[in-house]
Amino acid sequence: MKSVVELLAANGSHENWIPVLEVAAREVFELMLGCQLTVPATAEETSPDVTAMVGLAGQLCGALSVRCDGKAAALMTSKMLGVELDKVGPEMSDALGEVCNMVAGNFKNKIAGLAEGCLLSPPTVITGSDYNLHSLADFPALDVRLLFEGMPIVISLQIHS
Amino acid sequence: MPIRALIIDDSSVMRKIVERSLRHAGIDLTKVFEAGNGAEALAVLQENPVDLILCDINMPVMDGLEFIKQLPGVANAIDVPVVMITTEGSESHVVQALSCGARGYIRKPFTAEQVKEQVVPVLAGKS
Repeated sequence: MKSVVELLAANGSHENWIPVLEVAAREVFELMLGCQLTVPATAEETSPDVTAMVGLAGQLCGALSVRCDGKAAALMTSKMLGVELDKVGPEMSDALGEVCNMVAGNFKNKIAGLAEGCLLSPPTVITGSDYNLHSLADFPALDVRLLFEGMPIVISLQIHS
Repeated sequence: MPIRALIIDDSSVMRKIVERSLRHAGIDLTKVFEAGNGAEALAVLQENPVDLILCDINMPVMDGLEFIKQLPGVANAIDVPVVMITTEGSESHVVQALSCGARGYIRKPFTAEQVKEQVVPVLAGKS
């Protein structure tokens, strides 16, 4: 039986996953944060300083990340916890990690065969923007750029063989 | 009916969200205990009787499935309903959880309404 990645390589269709990734993210923000993500008018480059990552292993190997700036991460935390923005503290990393975890889980549950055949790692959260990510991915990253309350977020899926 | 709940998740943010969802669902929570994994939850149960357990699956130290397998040996957990709340959405995970003794299954992301749909029948003994 061919793996998901073999099938993707055979038909080159992994870009078909971009809308699925977008829907997975939209659902998480709608259900858990009570807000709608919007599409930016232009694909401006951003300099996110908070990155949450979840590893995928099994039938699909890779990493899913959610990147945004600190203000967006703090607002996500505020909405998730139902607390005032100025009351948000160190739980911000936990909150963004959970957002990433839910987007990854929701995404894999929408792809036939992945819900059973792909495991997720616990989330890792990196703060700061002065780093380079050297991926061993075999495919170009699938990037979804959206606005959360007017602030850019980037959801990226890197697929390894 | 006043309820004592134990919420098990390695994310403290998610534990707070689950608690808030229970309250939004109209569950009268008199006491909420929290644990970051199954082993911590077993320690909580040694000291505290509860009426309802909500449990994640993927957690460090002891995962949710192992936790519910150990519940029959815990005096304070006999006949206490367990509802799983997890990102793992496959049928095999649902079947595995239910066969281990879970009475309900909620996939993340979720709404307070979905929590209510799973928890209220379980508390009423209908599930």
